[in-house]
Amino acid sequence: MSTLRSALLIARKDLLVEARSRELAYTTLFFAVACVLVFSFAFVSEGKAIDGAAAGILWVAVAFSGTLALGRAFERERQSETLRALLLAPAERTAVYLGKLAGLLVLMAAVEIVIVPVIGLLFAAPIGRAPWLLAALLGAGTLGFAGVGTLFAAMLVRAHSRDVLLPVLLYPITVPVIIAGVRGTGAIFAAEPNFDAAVAWLSMLVFFDAVFVTLALWTFAPVMEE
Amino acid sequence: MRVANRLVPLLLVVAALMYLRAPFMIHAAPLESVMGVVQKIFYFHVPSAMMTFLAAFVCGIASATYLWNRNKFADHVAVSAAELAVVFGLIVLVTGPLWARKAWGVWWQWDVRLTMTLVMWMIFVAYLLLRRFGGPGSEILAAAVGVFGTALVPFVYVSVNYWRTIHPNTNVLRTLQPEMAEPFRWAILAFLMFFTALLIVRIRLEASRAVLEEAYALLED
Repeated sequence: MSTLRSALLIARKDLLVEARSRELAYTTLFFAVACVLVFSFAFVSEGKAIDGAAAGILWVAVAFSGTLALGRAFERERQSETLRALLLAPAERTAVYLGKLAGLLVLMAAVEIVIVPVIGLLFAAPIGRAPWLLAALLGAGTLGFAGVGTLFAAMLVRAHSRDVLLPVLLYPITVPVIIAGVRGTGAIFAAEPNFDAAVAWLSMLVFFDAVFVTLALWTFAPVMEE
Repeated sequence: MRVANRLVPLLLVVAALMYLRAPFMIHAAPLESVMGVVQKIFYFHVPSAMMTFLAAFVCGIASATYLWNRNKFADHVAVSAAELAVVFGLIVLVTGPLWARKAWGVWWQWDVRLTMTLVMWMIFVAYLLLRRFGGPGSEILAAAVGVFGTALVPFVYVSVNYWRTIHPNTNVLRTLQPEMAEPFRWAILAFLMFFTALLIVRIRLEASRAVLEEAYALLED
């Protein structure tokens, strides 16, 4: 069986489990909305959000809810030792990584589809100004975040205090994603939008994705060895 | 490694003597025309920053070696270098704001070099946290963090550089007047010797710890 086909099967399995329980989708989504709400109290004064707050809050919500989803997705595999079964399956390790990543990307995309209109509504952010560019920024940023996150969440399954170690490791390493995402989105949302800057940030995100997903594919097999 | 161990006392003595002479050389160096005496911190700040990034680089290479070859020695080097990165990084992060308060009027600026140093420092603190609290097998996981941390340097640099920068850039070093360059080079050399000695001692400690741990494991079986 080809790597890609195995990966698709693993992603399908994850999404099927998720579709039946909807645990991750509901909790992550609600958590993201709660994040937006908490941040709105910090960045809204006299009924108006400060400049650039919408872009920042959007990405913080994505990062926080993404961490939650990553942790839970692998906790589920740990509870009944199914991760070991998955690793023992006659599929390449890279297929396991890609399948998990694909499942998480679908989940995070679902959360973002809800979160973006909420931000537009609450902060009067012009989300319709350059929808494709915004979608590309979110897509590339999410791929970078989840690409690193899937590797780290997978390897932390066997570690102690994994719940707190995941954000501790993940946030410093995804700093470029957050900077590029926030600045790129901010350039679109600004009163005088600068689409060239947004495209420049997008290209940096794509470059980050290429390097770090490759690196994660490369390190996944040695890291998951017992 | 045995030769390296013999070198340690020599390195330490030479480094100590160099550190003793350094203040006199720094005192003799001319005052910077704009910043005055505040600029003198540069002779310790910049070499510490160089050692931080050297340590990060060593940790990255050693982590990659351990990850793909499972060479125990590489793991000892990686953890020792990571600790030194945190120590020298702390010196940088303390001396930097002391200078910035006088030169820029603020303790901290979200500038490219500052942000990058902070992020790198945080990654190596996270590396040590993982090793400390991750439980058995965490050295392999830490190796992955070391590899990712080192690969990240250019990205943080480019992203923050594009975002904002006010830090004096590296061109300063090439255009340094000779009276300032001499104590600066002296300081770098002293730091480098001290760094090497610490690294060797720490690797030796780590190796002994590993042997001891193995002995305990055998005793329990």
